[in-house]
Amino acid sequence: MFDVTFVTQLLNGLQLGSIYALIALGYTMVYGIILLLNFAHGDIIMVGAYISWIVMSQLGMSPVLAIILSVAGCTLLGVLIDKVAYAPLRDAPRLSILITAIGVSYFLENGAQLVFGADAKVVPQYFEMDNLMLGDVQLSSVSLLIIIVTAVSTAVLTYVVNRTKLGKAMRAVSEDMGAARLMGINVNNTISFTFAVGSALAGIGAVLYSMAYTQASPTMGIMLGTKAFVAAVLGGIGSIPGAVIGGLLVGLAETFVSAIGLSVWKDAVVFLMLIIVLVVRPTGILGRPMTEKV
Amino acid sequence: MATMLSVKDLHVSYGAIKAVRGVSFDINEGEIVTLIGANGAGKSTTLNTVAGLIKPESGTVEFQGKSIVGVKAHKIVEQGLAMCPEGRRVFTHMTVAENLEMGGYTRTDAENAETIELVYEHFPRLKERMRQVAGTLSGGEQQMLAMGRALMSRPQLLMLDEPSMGLAPILVEEIFDIIKTLNQNGTTILLVEQNASMALSIADRGYVLETGKINKTGTGQDLLHDDDVRKAYLGG
Repeated sequence: MFDVTFVTQLLNGLQLGSIYALIALGYTMVYGIILLLNFAHGDIIMVGAYISWIVMSQLGMSPVLAIILSVAGCTLLGVLIDKVAYAPLRDAPRLSILITAIGVSYFLENGAQLVFGADAKVVPQYFEMDNLMLGDVQLSSVSLLIIIVTAVSTAVLTYVVNRTKLGKAMRAVSEDMGAARLMGINVNNTISFTFAVGSALAGIGAVLYSMAYTQASPTMGIMLGTKAFVAAVLGGIGSIPGAVIGGLLVGLAETFVSAIGLSVWKDAVVFLMLIIVLVVRPTGILGRPMTEKV
Repeated sequence: MATMLSVKDLHVSYGAIKAVRGVSFDINEGEIVTLIGANGAGKSTTLNTVAGLIKPESGTVEFQGKSIVGVKAHKIVEQGLAMCPEGRRVFTHMTVAENLEMGGYTRTDAENAETIELVYEHFPRLKERMRQVAGTLSGGEQQMLAMGRALMSRPQLLMLDEPSMGLAPILVEEIFDIIKTLNQNGTTILLVEQNASMALSIADRGYVLETGKINKTGTGQDLLHDDDVRKAYLGG
C-alpha cells in the first residue's frame, strides 16, 4: 500500500506547486509578450489576499463575493499597473522598465503596510470542507481543490492562447510586434489583455493561497513571487507548460525537503535548482533558445 | 484614373540621421509603381512611414484622399493599405494557416474563409503546408506566406518591401509573376526593390531614390533604358 506520509506530502507538494504554477504563468506570459520580468507580479497576489480579508472579515460579506472581487481586483490592478507604469516606457531600454517594476513592487508592499499595518491578517475560511478518505489516507480537500482549480485554469489558458483570436494575436505580438501591427493587431490592447489574464491567474492564486495558508501580510508576495519566478525560469520563461512544470517541481522539492526534516534548507534547495538549471540548460526545461532580435 | 496614394515632401529622421529628405510620389488606382535605389537610399523608411510604423517629421501622406499621417499602423490596415515587410517576418512559431488568419485580423471569420481560398489559389504550396509551422518553410515559401498574409486583409493597395531578397532566380520569377497576376486582379501595387531590372520590367512607373530624395521618375520601360539608371542600378 501507499506510504501514508508520502501521499500526504505529495499532496502538499502539489498544492504548493499549483499555487506557484498559477503565479509563474503570469510571469511567463508578460515576459513572453514584452520581455519584462514583472517583479510586481507577486505583490498583486498580496493585494488579492487583502481584498478577500476585507470582504469577508471586515465587511462580513459572502466568500463567493470575496473570490469574485479578489480575482477582479487583481485583474484590474494588473492592467492599471501596465497602463500607468509600463506602457509609457514601451520604447525605453529594458533596464528602465525592469527598474520601474521593482519600484511598483515596493510601492505596493509599502502601500499595504501603510494602509493595513505590518502585522499579518487572518483570512477567514472561505468554505467548510470535509477531508476525503482514500483507504487509510486522509486527503485534504483544500489541496485537492487547489490542484483541480489550477489544472482547469491552465487548460482554459492553453485553449485561449492556442485557439482564440486574441490568444493568437498574443503569440503574434510576442514574436514580432512590428509585423503584428502590420496585420491590423492593436498591440497595446493585446498587451493589456495579457496583463489582464496573467493578473486574473494571480487573483485565483491569491484566493487559493488564502484558503491553504489563511494569511495576508504586506510582504507575502515577495517570497511567493520569487519562488514563482524561479519556477518560470526553471520551466523555461515564455513557455506555458514550462511554468506549470516549474511550479510543480519547486513546490514538490520544497515540501519533500521539509518532510525529511531539512525545512530550514527548503529555500536554499529551490535556489540551488535554479542555479543548476541556469548552468546546465539556461533556457529552462521547455524554453526555446532565444534569438536576439536585431 | 483616381489617385490611390499621394506622398508629398516627406521627411523622416532617425534621431540625427535624415533618412528621407523631401520624397514625393503618387500611385494611381490599378498601377504597379516601384521605388528603386541603392541600400540606404530611404526606400524601406518611406514604406514604413506610409504603413504607419514610423512617424514622419513633416510632409503629407494621403490614402484614397484621406490623410493617414499619425494614424496608427493597425488602423491603416483597416483602411485597405497592407504591407508585406522586408525580410518577410512571418510568425515562425505559428502555422501557415494561423499566419494567414493573423493577416485577416481586421476581417470577419466569414470574409477570411473566402479570402484564404483565393490566397491558396495564388499560392497552392501554402495550402499543402497549411498545418506546418512557418519557421520550417523555405525562404521562397516564407515570401509567399508573407504576401498571402498581407492579402488576407483584402487591401486596395499592397506595398511589397524587397520581395525578391535572398531568393533563387527561378523563385524571383515566380514571385514577380504572382505580383503581376495580383495586379491584373485589381490590387494596386507599390514595390520596393533592389532588383531594379525585374521591378522596372513589370512596373507601370518607377521612381529612383538616392540618399533620401527622388532623383528620377518615368515609366518602367523609360527607366529600364535610361543610361544613368542602367549604369547605377542595372550593371551597365
